[in-house]
Amino acid sequence: MTTANPTTVRVDSTRSFVKLAYLAPVIGFIVIAAFPYAAGPHYTILMFSAMGFAIALLGLNLLLGYTGLLSLGHAMFLAIGAYTAAYLTSAKIMTLELILLTSVAVAIVVALPIGLLCIRYVKIYFSMLTLAFSMLLYSFLFKFYLITGGDEGIRIKLPSPLLFDMSNLGTLAALTGPMYYYVFGMLIVLTFLMWRITASTFGLGLRAIRENEQKAQYLGVNVQRYRLIGFVIAAVYGALGGVIVGIPVGLADPSLAYWVQSGNLIFMLLLGGYTSFFGPILGSIVFIFFQDQLMSYTEYWRLTFGVLLAVIVIFFPNGLMGIIDPRRWWST
Amino acid sequence: MTILQAVGVRKFYGAFCALDDVSLAIGEGEHVSIIGPNGAGKTTLVNVLTGLVPPSAGTVSFKGHDVGRLDPLRLSRLGMARSFQLVNIFPQLSVRETIAVAAISHLGIGGRMFAGLRKNRAVWEIVERVGSLFGFSGKLDQPAKSLSQGDKKLLDVASAFALKPEIILLDEPTSGVSTTEKSTIMQVLVQAAKQTGIKAIIQVEHDMDIVFGYSSRIIAVHNGRILADGSPEAIRAQTDVMATVVGRQ
Ligand SMILES: Nc1ncnc2c1ncn2[C@@H]1O[C@H](COP(=O)(O)OP(=O)(O)OP(=O)(O)O)[C@@H](O)[C@H]1O
Ligand SMILES: [Mg+2]
Repeated sequence: MTTANPTTVRVDSTRSFVKLAYLAPVIGFIVIAAFPYAAGPHYTILMFSAMGFAIALLGLNLLLGYTGLLSLGHAMFLAIGAYTAAYLTSAKIMTLELILLTSVAVAIVVALPIGLLCIRYVKIYFSMLTLAFSMLLYSFLFKFYLITGGDEGIRIKLPSPLLFDMSNLGTLAALTGPMYYYVFGMLIVLTFLMWRITASTFGLGLRAIRENEQKAQYLGVNVQRYRLIGFVIAAVYGALGGVIVGIPVGLADPSLAYWVQSGNLIFMLLLGGYTSFFGPILGSIVFIFFQDQLMSYTEYWRLTFGVLLAVIVIFFPNGLMGIIDPRRWWST
Repeated sequence: MTILQAVGVRKFYGAFCALDDVSLAIGEGEHVSIIGPNGAGKTTLVNVLTGLVPPSAGTVSFKGHDVGRLDPLRLSRLGMARSFQLVNIFPQLSVRETIAVAAISHLGIGGRMFAGLRKNRAVWEIVERVGSLFGFSGKLDQPAKSLSQGDKKLLDVASAFALKPEIILLDEPTSGVSTTEKSTIMQVLVQAAKQTGIKAIIQVEHDMDIVFGYSSRIIAVHNGRILADGSPEAIRAQTDVMATVVGRQ
């Protein structure tokens, strides 16, 4: 996607490796699709969550990887998605599509004013403002017990899609069966949509802004508007991801909006590689499974994570995708 | 007809006066060279004319609009384009993509979220044409950061041209380019201006061969003031001006 016509770029001796890099996403999606058959319910549900995070990260990376804006408060949109699911399922509105659409609407309503303010700033100021807004939401969720359930949060009951009937299935069977594939379908569609967005005239404008804001402006790119739209799209993806992440947990609580959660999202991006289109998906999956394994082996998992993060930043600035895709076919 | 006009423009940096009571009017069909020794205020003048730097006093108007009230985006939409003295590129974008950014703005199709770019004929036609005009045909897929210094500057100029503006301001477009290439570039510029219907070119230039070879009008700047403003013949006749401007290069 860095070139208008990738097929014309020289491949020569490294052809096979290039092909592998090209195929990696396909292989990845096949693995995700086959996962419930190969792995037990515990891991399948982990993959379920990972897909939710992947969706949120695809949005976050439109900001970081494409526009060059580091949001340190993106978890607020995860929380918005999860709480939307919690409120609606508490009110016996169990239709998943309705929940997803509502979360999109809420995300847009929240992201527009916050975005209007934040996108006026760049670099550390943008990051700090997004962090501030997420902490505001966190405090609100935490303190306003009567509305939000305080630190206990609100339960998310298992919603059911219009697409197929799950009424005769238990929660676990639903989550590892039809729901899993529903979310997988969402991931595919949202990945495809994001790909189209990044490959559009809008996407090129975002990258131009990332590279050189002033020049972009002199070349007629509406920097403020592009950034705002990018912010809102990222929020929408964040909220959709939040709904998905919340479903297997069955709970929306304030920790979803906490800065640690936002930090985890950035960690996942660095791990997968924010300079790659597929970095978000790879990063979320590796993070979730790695965290699960580490936590069961050692109580020092946070320490291990810290070391890992340092190693990535120093030695693998392009993350895991940088290793899989050294030719940078999927570069942002 | 006047396209760009400055009236009584001053620019102070602290107590230092970088532009002092500058007035000028640029009309259709002009190719203006701004000359002057280092630190004369040429870049400051271009920056004020393009709204990058607000004047401390006086006004600049472009096609009747107050430039002070317009941001670069609006100026580009009104038909103004510029390039910069220092290298100003999108480092990781390819030459193709860099020119495409401008072409997209020109076509008014920016911000179309699902309009695939790859198959957009109109964009790539402009890119190919402007690219080949400026000698980038074999380098379209190179990232801008990998170009030579001269090519980087030329890419800045090329992308400004791809906007198809009415007026273009170029701050030393040929610096960093070898002497033999300079005249090639100038021919390209003049030809490209004709082809794309550019009504006026304002160019900051140090090379006197180019200044006298290509411009229809010369504005000599010294210590923030306009020292002389006239046809190449008239300027050449003013030996004192030539001494000040050329002598200290
Ligand atoms: N941002 C700034 N702050 C303070 N002084 C400045 C600033 N920009 C320019 N100047 C001063 O204003 C004067 C004119 O600078 P300018 O860059 O316009 O000169 P120039 O004619 O373009 O020179 P050159 O040929 O070297 O490009 C110089 O003395 C410079 O030091
Ligand atoms: Mg200068």
